[in-house]
Amino acid sequence: MKIYDGGKIFIGIIIFLSVATSPFLFNMGKATAKPDPKLDTPEIQKMKKKQCVEPKEFMRREHMKLLNEWRDSVVREGNMIYIGVGGEVYSMSLQSTCMKCHSNKKKFCDECHKYVAVKPYCWDCHIAPKEN
Amino acid sequence: MDRREFLKLTAITAIATAGGISALEILRDKELEAHEAHTPDTKPLTAKRWAMVVNIRKFKTEDDYKKVMDACRRAHNVPDFGNPKDEIKWIWTDTFEHSFPGQEHKYMPEDLKHMPFLLLCNHCDNPPCVRVCPTKATFKRKDGIVMMDMHRCIGCRFCMAACPFGARSFNWRDPRPFVKEINPEFPTRTKGVVEKCNFCEERLAVGRMPACVEASKGGLIFGDLEDPNSDVRKVLGSHYTIRRKSELGTGPGVYYIV
Ligand code: HEC
Ligand code: HEC
Ligand code: HEC
Repeated sequence: MKIYDGGKIFIGIIIFLSVATSPFLFNMGKATAKPDPKLDTPEIQKMKKKQCVEPKEFMRREHMKLLNEWRDSVVREGNMIYIGVGGEVYSMSLQSTCMKCHSNKKKFCDECHKYVAVKPYCWDCHIAPKEN
Repeated sequence: MDRREFLKLTAITAIATAGGISALEILRDKELEAHEAHTPDTKPLTAKRWAMVVNIRKFKTEDDYKKVMDACRRAHNVPDFGNPKDEIKWIWTDTFEHSFPGQEHKYMPEDLKHMPFLLLCNHCDNPPCVRVCPTKATFKRKDGIVMMDMHRCIGCRFCMAACPFGARSFNWRDPRPFVKEINPEFPTRTKGVVEKCNFCEERLAVGRMPACVEASKGGLIFGDLEDPNSDVRKVLGSHYTIRRKSELGTGPGVYYIV
């Protein structure tokens, strides 16, 4: 059997295959690195009982909604105070409350967000903690 | 009960029953102490109707004006682009003629004619900016403060067209590189939103007077217009004051002793 222009066709197929699979090849090894948000900030290390404003499972799944709630409560209703799961009192602030404990934004928030490819636009305005 | 409340309740119950920790123990003072740093330690300042009196006679040197404007700049991360076209104005100055058009005349005191007047958002009783905002990003609070919710601003600038006082500015460029010293307590803004003076609502919420008032050493008087014993009412009752363009009927909340 003879394939007319066989060389060109095979080169074409190879080019096509490498382009088509490049996203997978490119990401190989990367996608398997599970996010590992770090809790070793000075503020959290100081805590006797290491807990967030709500239970961990709730925070993991619902923190974006909680933040929206805090935002509306402060900005639109002028209410600053939030009562946590164990009766603790918090001032509802992204910059001054969340990020005081989670002062390692890159190793905490960004760690997960990179994995799921979300880029919260909050930091266009809200000031992220200083990190090295 | 919604999902959140349900989760809260189950968590409290779980903590109360498991591991021998009682819910009461968690509520003990010691545990609360650990979180004190997350809450403001002072009570909010509240009013029925916040208002300001500007006693322009107390502003004598350039430095008197600068102190007040710099205090606001620092408190709110207001950028300085160094050109009037892009300027972001929260509190600024202009001449008597521009501030109170129609009130000037040839024979008025020479010093008044050339004196800079401190201008800011008037936090009007009937704010036209609120009426035109299509997303309710600008709204009026019960205490009279005309507030902006930056999260809802779409940058349409209807409010800027509606405001007769030029109290609103649009961010044509990313402001952050032009904020000299970032104050970590307050957000910056971003390209494409409108902003203005907020009567320092974030400071009032933690029991502090507005930054400009604090820096003015008595030149700016701030208080509750509905409280006859407040500082503003005392000053308004004993001095003749004028307001900007009051004939338009917006009900400005900033008064001037000239
Ligand atoms: C008082 C300190 C403190 C504050 C304030 C705080 N956190 Fe936490 N956060 C923690 C600790 C400690 C944990 C780990 C809890 C655990 O292991 O049970 C945690 C866990 C979390 C988790 C889950 C992490 C994971 O590995 O699943 C998220 C998400 C989170 N916080 C987000 C926030 C957000 C958003 C805010 C502000 C609304 C906030 N936190 C405020 C201390 C805090
Ligand atoms: C345990 C992993 C994890 C941690 C830690 C975490 N996030 Fe998230 N965050 C997520 C996930 C997953 C989403 C996306 C949810 C979705 O798309 O439905 C998200 C979404 C958000 C959103 C909404 C973004 C959008 O565009 O809708 C905000 C805001 C946010 N996170 C803030 C924070 C902040 C602030 C912190 C650090 C204090 C933080 N998150 C830490 C996992 C995490
Ligand atoms: C256009 C600028 C801008 C963006 C973008 C923005 N914010 Fe804000 N945010 C502000 C301003 C201004 C305030 C008012 C601060 C005040 O009055 O104390 C605020 C207040 C808040 C507050 C309450 C007070 C505080 O200090 O935190 C929360 C919570 C909040 N924002 C959450 C968010 C979240 C979550 C996002 C992203 C999903 C976000 N914001 C994006 C400008 C912005």
